[in-house]
Amino acid sequence: MVKFLMILLSVILVNNCILAQFLGICPFLGVSKKLDSAVGMGVAVTFVMVLATAVTWPVQNLLNSFGIGYLQTVVFILVIASLVQLVEMLLKKFIPSLHKALGVYLPLITTNCAVLGVTINNIDYGYTYAESLVNALGTGLGFLLAMIIFSGMRSKLEGNTAIPKAFQGVPIVLVSASILSLAFMGFSGLVTL
Amino acid sequence: MGNKLGILTKGIIKENPVLILLLGTCPTLATTSSAINGLGMGVSATAVLICSNIVISLLRNIIPDKVRIPCYIVVIAGFVTVVQFILQAYVPSLYESLGLFIPLIVVNCIILGRAEMFASKNSVFDSALDGMGMGIGFTLALGVMGLIREIIGAGTFFGLPICDFLTENPCMIIALAPGGFFVYACMIAAINYFTNGKAIKKKEFGCAGCAMAAICQQEKCVKELDGEGANA
Repeated sequence: MVKFLMILLSVILVNNCILAQFLGICPFLGVSKKLDSAVGMGVAVTFVMVLATAVTWPVQNLLNSFGIGYLQTVVFILVIASLVQLVEMLLKKFIPSLHKALGVYLPLITTNCAVLGVTINNIDYGYTYAESLVNALGTGLGFLLAMIIFSGMRSKLEGNTAIPKAFQGVPIVLVSASILSLAFMGFSGLVTL
Repeated sequence: MGNKLGILTKGIIKENPVLILLLGTCPTLATTSSAINGLGMGVSATAVLICSNIVISLLRNIIPDKVRIPCYIVVIAGFVTVVQFILQAYVPSLYESLGLFIPLIVVNCIILGRAEMFASKNSVFDSALDGMGMGIGFTLALGVMGLIREIIGAGTFFGLPICDFLTENPCMIIALAPGGFFVYACMIAAINYFTNGKAIKKKEFGCAGCAMAAICQQEKCVKELDGEGANA
């Protein structure tokens, strides 16, 4: 139980997937302009991460038992892509309200490096099935947290005229991300696994 | 001939994938903590990009339109696995330090983006040139960024100490995560400054920059995100 808690704390705060590991930067910078879309994206990513881990962990064991563990990259990306498609279709048919909230973000997540990154990390760290699921959940929550904080920061940047001309637009967003990342560095050393 | 040369050179400066098109941000930020890591990442991605561009261009009339993205992904993932094996066998130190980001070349926006936007519509030779140009542009940008972060963050030049002052008082933070965002911001700001903001047309990160934009329900997406990226 303590191990689960440690993994959660570690991936949410210390090794935050965006701010410390640089996974999933595209959606972090692209979809964080408004709080609504930031939350939607964060929840969708968390959902897909847990689901992808639940499927890829047994798949890796299957590959290993045939001695073809090196096909990991090819198999994982295909599993994730088809899983995302399947989930989208199922949601559309059975839970339209959820599809309306998350559906937009699902196709984008197929090629999100955070999702593939988590599933590969779970194997590399040698986590058990339960630990992998907790790690995926934690990484997703960390992603959500960073998205929410960052969308708040970006709303303050909107229409700010004090920004030097060269830094307007993209650079100032990156500088803000840098400062947020600096804040999260304060957590380093909090948890050691 | 000038046309062919244009295909090769446009990726290096005018449409540099990292600094102008703002694609492939994850590996850019994560692997540039030193110059050698940045260059290693760039060269690996270039190899995958050239090979996948050639194969996808060869297969462009065979792959059915509806399932093209899974097909592209399989081709790219296959080459990534090859590169992974080569790095593991011949440069194990680089393999260790790049780690997770080697398999993640599969989801690099630049590679899938070039497959979708260029290789699926152009001849084999042109696609190979395009891959080479984009790859060189990516490698150069990563190398320069890695060099800046290494000189300030560790006081070394490709692992060799430069001068006592820098080596003894390294500004560690530049080599760590916050420095990655900051150096990238400064490089884009510098380009903005020297070209009076003309070079980088994209003023915001948004859906349009993503390679998946063509595939995902873009109209719905753009509407949902309140016009974000619609004009880019």
